[in-house]
Amino acid sequence: MKVKIKIDGIEYEVPSHYTVLDACKEAKIDIPTLCFLKGLNETGACRMCVVEVDGARSLQASCVLKVRDGMKIKTNSKRVQQSRVTTLELLLANHNKDCLKCNRNGKCELQDLAERFHIKNIYFDSFEKRTPLYDDTSFSIVRDQSKCILCGRCITACEKTAGMSILTYIHRGFEAVVGTGFNYKLEDAGCLYCGQCINVCPVGALKEKTHIERVWDAINDSTKHVVVQTAPAVRASIGEEFGLEIGTRCTGKMVSAIRRLGVDKVFDTNFGADLTIMEEGYELLNRLKNGGELPLLTSCSPGWIRLVEQYYPEFIPNLSTCKSPQQMFGAVIKSYYAEKMNIDPKDIFVVSVMPCSSKKYEMNREEMERDGIKDVDAVLTTREIGNMIREVGIQFTDLEDEDFDHPLGEYTGAGVIFGATGGVMEAALRTVADILENKDLDEFEYEAVRGVEGIKEAEVEIGGKKLNIAVAHGGENAKKLMDLVKNSKKQYHFIEIMGCDGGCVNGGGQPYVKANVRNTGIDVRKLRANALYEEDTIKQVRKSHQNESVQRLYKEFLEKPNSHKSHELLHTHYTKRELFPIK
Amino acid sequence: MAKLDLSKAKYAKLKKFIDENQGETCGLMPVLHQAQEIFGCIPIEVQKFISEELNVSVAEIYGVVTFYSRFSTEPVGEYVIGVCLGTACYVKGAQKIIDDIGSKLNIKPEQTTKDGKFTLTATRCIGACGLAPVITINDDVYGRLTPDQIPEILSKYTDELEGE
Repeated sequence: MKVKIKIDGIEYEVPSHYTVLDACKEAKIDIPTLCFLKGLNETGACRMCVVEVDGARSLQASCVLKVRDGMKIKTNSKRVQQSRVTTLELLLANHNKDCLKCNRNGKCELQDLAERFHIKNIYFDSFEKRTPLYDDTSFSIVRDQSKCILCGRCITACEKTAGMSILTYIHRGFEAVVGTGFNYKLEDAGCLYCGQCINVCPVGALKEKTHIERVWDAINDSTKHVVVQTAPAVRASIGEEFGLEIGTRCTGKMVSAIRRLGVDKVFDTNFGADLTIMEEGYELLNRLKNGGELPLLTSCSPGWIRLVEQYYPEFIPNLSTCKSPQQMFGAVIKSYYAEKMNIDPKDIFVVSVMPCSSKKYEMNREEMERDGIKDVDAVLTTREIGNMIREVGIQFTDLEDEDFDHPLGEYTGAGVIFGATGGVMEAALRTVADILENKDLDEFEYEAVRGVEGIKEAEVEIGGKKLNIAVAHGGENAKKLMDLVKNSKKQYHFIEIMGCDGGCVNGGGQPYVKANVRNTGIDVRKLRANALYEEDTIKQVRKSHQNESVQRLYKEFLEKPNSHKSHELLHTHYTKRELFPIK
Repeated sequence: MAKLDLSKAKYAKLKKFIDENQGETCGLMPVLHQAQEIFGCIPIEVQKFISEELNVSVAEIYGVVTFYSRFSTEPVGEYVIGVCLGTACYVKGAQKIIDDIGSKLNIKPEQTTKDGKFTLTATRCIGACGLAPVITINDDVYGRLTPDQIPEILSKYTDELEGE
């Protein structure tokens, strides 16, 4: 059904389910918004999007107001303009206007609005009542309340996407801040470090803990052999840092650009992913054969690991003991590669480029080092590597494509799809099926586990065995699935879970997608995942166990999957963690 | 500071209330009221308990507890003196009332006496403007107050305690 409305005196016909904001968009008017995130945060709280509606006493928030037949809307009146400017000035009054030193300088939605509305003076003094908190105690996420404008986007992302609700408004009125329960540190407040809050923050109130300095230091230290690994999801998003369209695959340019930063080797985490499939695939086969704990739960996502350790500790025995691809890769570099290249592992500096904020936490876990040598020395998010490339002045979009270094830059299509939800499951099935059937199967695409549906289930028949599998992504879906398993309603053999909604392509370290782009209705998760599935189809080798470098690694060094040596290097353990410990 | 009693019996009482009222919409507010009454405050231990029982995150509970001035996270005195500082009470001299009570009890607003008997708190308008200036001591209301009435009112509670 359609309704007739007038916007600024011009008549339009729009669907009746539209909001005034939708209608204005169709009328080619860009109403400013700040707190609004379509489908996620629809509270009408910030008042930036107000419009005048005939017959209504006060200005109305267009993001939550539905159109009505005969409605007359004014978006360009002086009253509207003045209200928006006042709102902005009030927001700015309490905002730490350290813009030049802010990590969001040039990428800040508040800054955009200040520029758009020509803010020249801020007539109000700060009326903040509390000393704003600056919390950089976690390994992953830094919170800076002085920048916070209380829009509530992080709160909603934490509740609806991450499913954790660890952030909320505390206190009220002038004293209101966004914080955790009892102001506990993120480490103890139930946080997964998934970084979905960072991705939706319009300003610099939430950010990753930067490792840029330590990477520059290592590059400039002639005694250090700097090895970079890039996660699959980064190639699908790094182009956005340089103005390319969302979903542009930039594998070759990414390698060229990173090489030009002055590092010694550019390898691919996908090699680690293929290795993970070998270890995890054999672990699954073992558990099926010998009656181990089922369902087997994947362990690639550190956010998901934290979810289990904090909220479902009873499932720790179900978790795969495999380290994540990042950590496996680091461990291989500092053992096998070090030996082969005759370099002291102490002199190797492993940098991972990750779509993830939680990986910064993972590299710091105590289990992730041997003899005081960490598997990984620095984790850069996609945003951070973008910053470094820009800083040096490398013209990313003009670069020629280059290949990863060998031998640890070799990877298969199975490794690439790790970056999208369902990818680990599909990669594992490709390998497990071949092993059980003892042949190179032609049919190995598992459509049922692809896509962004919250929980995906399938029954697959492999080598005469029926396997019940499930895939979930984002804490909210993960909890739903685990509750099903917990209440014994569903019997599964193998479950893949990623901490972020959509998998790593939508990780907390990925390029910012501003709300006005997000609100156009595009699905960032799908666009980036498509880039990965595209790379999968063009790879010659698409099954992890057929990765020749991985085969050589087993032959020369690890012997066989789940061997003593691989357990020592590539496997780990987990610890139950108490929420809100009382000291 | 008043003493905090987190005995099993008190948790059992709260649990009973939660079980009896399950399925009610907006269950958190009534449960918090009960908790405040049973424990005299809602500290982290109790919030964790409620979080597990109601499947609501601690952050969310803490947000609600800090929003309403009727809830507290630290133990309050046996008698909570609320001095209304709403507009009507304020113009009728509530500031002098709260200052006088404070100096008589030797505490500042939002503090508790050393013996744990009294907590003094400034409240927003309690909707009894006709009685301005007004104070509440637990469930008792005293209106149209003058500073000279304060010693007598307070003595009711100190004497009562001594008489027990």
